[in-house]
Formats: sequence, structure tokens, C-alpha cells
Amino acid sequence: MSGEHGHHELFLDHDTPIHRLPPQCKIAAVVVFVVAVVAAPRGTWWPYAVYALGLATVAAIGRVPAPTVLRRMVIELPFVLFAVILPFASTGPRIDLLGIPVSETGLESAGILLAKGTLGVVASILLAATTHPRDLLRGLERLHLPQLLVQIMTFMFRYVEVVMGEMGRMRVARESRCFRARHVGQMKVVAHSAGALFIRTYERGERVHLAMLARGYTGRLPVLHNVAASRRHWVMAAGLPALAIATTASAWLSA
Amino acid sequence: MSGGAASLVVDGLAFAYPDGHQALFGVNLTVARGERVAVLGPNGAGKTTLVLHLNGILSGGQGRVQVAGLPVVKENLREIRRQVGIVFQDPDDQLFMPSVREDVAFGPANLGVCGPELQDRVAEALALVGMSEYADRPPHHLSYGQRRRVAVATVLAMRPEILVLDEPSSNLDPASRRELSDILLSLPITILMVTHDLPYALQLCPRSVILDDGVIAADGSTYELLCDEATMSAHRLELPFGFDPRSVRATSG
Repeated sequence: MSGEHGHHELFLDHDTPIHRLPPQCKIAAVVVFVVAVVAAPRGTWWPYAVYALGLATVAAIGRVPAPTVLRRMVIELPFVLFAVILPFASTGPRIDLLGIPVSETGLESAGILLAKGTLGVVASILLAATTHPRDLLRGLERLHLPQLLVQIMTFMFRYVEVVMGEMGRMRVARESRCFRARHVGQMKVVAHSAGALFIRTYERGERVHLAMLARGYTGRLPVLHNVAASRRHWVMAAGLPALAIATTASAWLSA
Repeated sequence: MSGGAASLVVDGLAFAYPDGHQALFGVNLTVARGERVAVLGPNGAGKTTLVLHLNGILSGGQGRVQVAGLPVVKENLREIRRQVGIVFQDPDDQLFMPSVREDVAFGPANLGVCGPELQDRVAEALALVGMSEYADRPPHHLSYGQRRRVAVATVLAMRPEILVLDEPSSNLDPASRRELSDILLSLPITILMVTHDLPYALQLCPRSVILDDGVIAADGSTYELLCDEATMSAHRLELPFGFDPRSVRATSG
């Protein structure tokens, strides 16, 4: 069973101008920002400082503490590993880095990959920290993401803890009868549990569907909260992406 | 709404599942408006099958079902599902929206209610079950008893003619169980309650029917049914250890 706490892990419950922005504005802003950053030309480095400054400003207004952002950036690690390999794996002219010969283009590519990736990850972290998952779904719906996808995500958000709870109880039941997954031969037991979990989840899906039909479900989840965005909201949300677009454009012009 | 019609009429209802398993063999049951009736019976007696016929989720067998004078047929399904509020056994199946408020609003919103009236309905339904202050909580952060009460609110928000409860007391601790019975007794509504919990049936429902092997095997006062040992044991019904309906009758006068 889940805890009694009412907050969500990624979401930081504050009341700031960033939190108050309608979700669809924030989602659109993040997407445009990321596209602008990805479009930055090779060979110039100053734009990244401007992008980062933009994100830092948003984080400050949204009261998202830097340690929190840093901790959540762990998700980027696999990309970092890939970036570290690049300078060694790439071909082309070599330069010395701390006495080790590395590929020049590889080093540059790695730097760009890291910079762009990090900016994208931080933008997403800020979005998640300032927008409740429920509102994210509403925002996606407002942006005309297909209803079916929104519904699937809504149910995922609702049932992930129920399924995890069931999984936990199955594990406890296994271990209470002295089962410990120690070698590959015991994979079979775990696989059976996974199968059982799938069937239970599937059956729950059927029961939920029945309960929905019983209350007049006709294929659409009703829209209950109007999260309409005013022109002022869009203008505010446009700040970050506008900065990024202007930066990218001037980087291209000066390149 | 037709004033004098019974809340529920089930007439000669028979049903076999597509795999050939026949669950109902001609069920007859009439529930008057405002009555509270318990449906008792052993596992596999067809209780759930009967419940799913009441709002037309299952159909295609023989016989007919009428709710407040309205036959349960395809053309009426929308109105029927408004009139018949089913509270399913596992509240996690029933509460699927991200917050309590949205879940309670789901039914009326599907019926086209919106704006301030929708908010009123939600507030009213949550007040009836004493859960007003939890409106903005996600359902999975509530206790089991609280979730059961919210599940009741989700159907009350549709202002049904009849409330159908599937095992309402299952998995509840004694305090939650009492809170739920207080709520159910306070509702001015017809109640059909499927249960194995015989003391709960005695407390809440003056009348009970026994469903066994797909037919109504007995129909009468709950007190008399529970005191009739021959009928009880013939249908695999047993009182909990130490429970004597006569003693309850004696103390409650």
C-alpha cells in the first residue's frame, strides 16, 4: 500500500509564476526551446551559456533548487558515457588532451552532445518540477495529443502504484516461502510471477472498463478542468524559447 | 420518473455465458422504491451476473429487467446507467481518475452535466459520504474504507434511482464498516446489496433474497431468513461464530 503523503515525487509544490502558467504553454515552450538548442550551429560555444542562463532564470523564478536539478540529472548518465567514448572512437586529426591523443572532431561532437543533451534534460526536469503530472496530461490534451494516448497515460499515472503494490505483495509471498532469486535457474519462478502479474493487470483493466461503462463512459474522458491559456500566459511562456531562438539565429548569422 | 413504479423489476431472467456456462435460470425479483434488499448466496450462485444485468452490461439472455418503469434495452442504456449506480467490490477498479473530485465528476460529466452544476453534484455526493475534504487527493492515497466511500459517492453523483452494492463490507475494518453502514442508512434511496456478510445484511436490509444455482431460492424478512436454519444450510449460508440474530433483535428492541 502506498504512503499517506499527498505529493508527487517529481513535482515540487510551490506557488510561483512558473507553476501558475497553464501546462500547455509550458509543454510548448520546452519543445520549442529544445528544438532551438538542437539547431545551434557547430563551432560556436557562447550560445550554450545564454541557453543555460535562460534555464537558470526559469529555475530561480520557479524556486527549483540547484541540488534537486543536479540529482535528477542522473538520468542523463547513459548519454554521458556515450559522449565520453566519442573522442576515442572517432577518426580524423588527433589533438592532445591531458597527454592522451583524442580525435578533434570526436571531442567537439562529444561537447556538443553533452551540452545539448544537458540543456534538454534540465528543461524537462524544470517542466516536471513545476507542473503536476495531472496538469501535464491536461496540457497534452489541450495541445490535441490524441485522446487515446492521453487516456493511456492517465491510467498509467493512476494505476502504477496499484500494480507496483501487487508486485510487492507477490514478492513478499514468494520470499515468505523461502524463495530467493540466486541463480539463473530460478528465473522461471520470476517469469511465472511476471506472467501472473500481467494477467491480473489485464483482468483489472477489464473490471475498470466495466466500472467505466457503468457510469456512462462513451470513449472520451470528460474534460473537467478548463486550463485555458490567455494571451498573457502564452507571451510569458514564450520568453525562454524566444531567447533560445534569438540566440540560435544570431549564432548562425555570426558563424 | 413514473411515481408509483417499483425501483427494480427482474422478470424471468436467464443467462448463459458465451462459453456455455449458464449462470441464471429465471430470476424474479421486485424491489419497491426506498426498500433495502440484501442478495445472499454462496460463491458462484450468479450474484455478479445478476448485478451486471441491472445496468445492461450483460444482456442477450431471456427475460426482462426494468428500472423505475424503464426497460433495460439498448436504446435506454444511457438513462439506465444513470438510474442504476453500481458500487463494485474493489474500489481500485472504480476509482480510475487522477483525483477524487474528477472521479466523482466522471459519471455526471458523461451525462452532459457541466460547469457549476457539476461542481455542486460533486460537492453534494462527497458531503453525503463525509469525504468533502479529500476532493483533491489522488484516490491511491486514501485508506481502503475512504476509497469505498468515495466509490459510493461516484455513483451518488449521478443521482441514481437504485444503489447496487457488491460486497460493500469486504476488507473493511470494523470502524470503516460502521461508518459505511451509517452512511448507507442515511441515504433516502433504494438499495440492493450483494453480500456474504449476514450481520451486515441484518443491520441494513429489512428484506433479503437468497440466490442459489441461478434462481431466487428464498425471499423474505432478513431476520426470519437468518433464523431459519434449514433454509440457511440448504444454501451454504452460515452465521459467523457467536452471532445470533435473535440476540440482536432482543437488544435493539
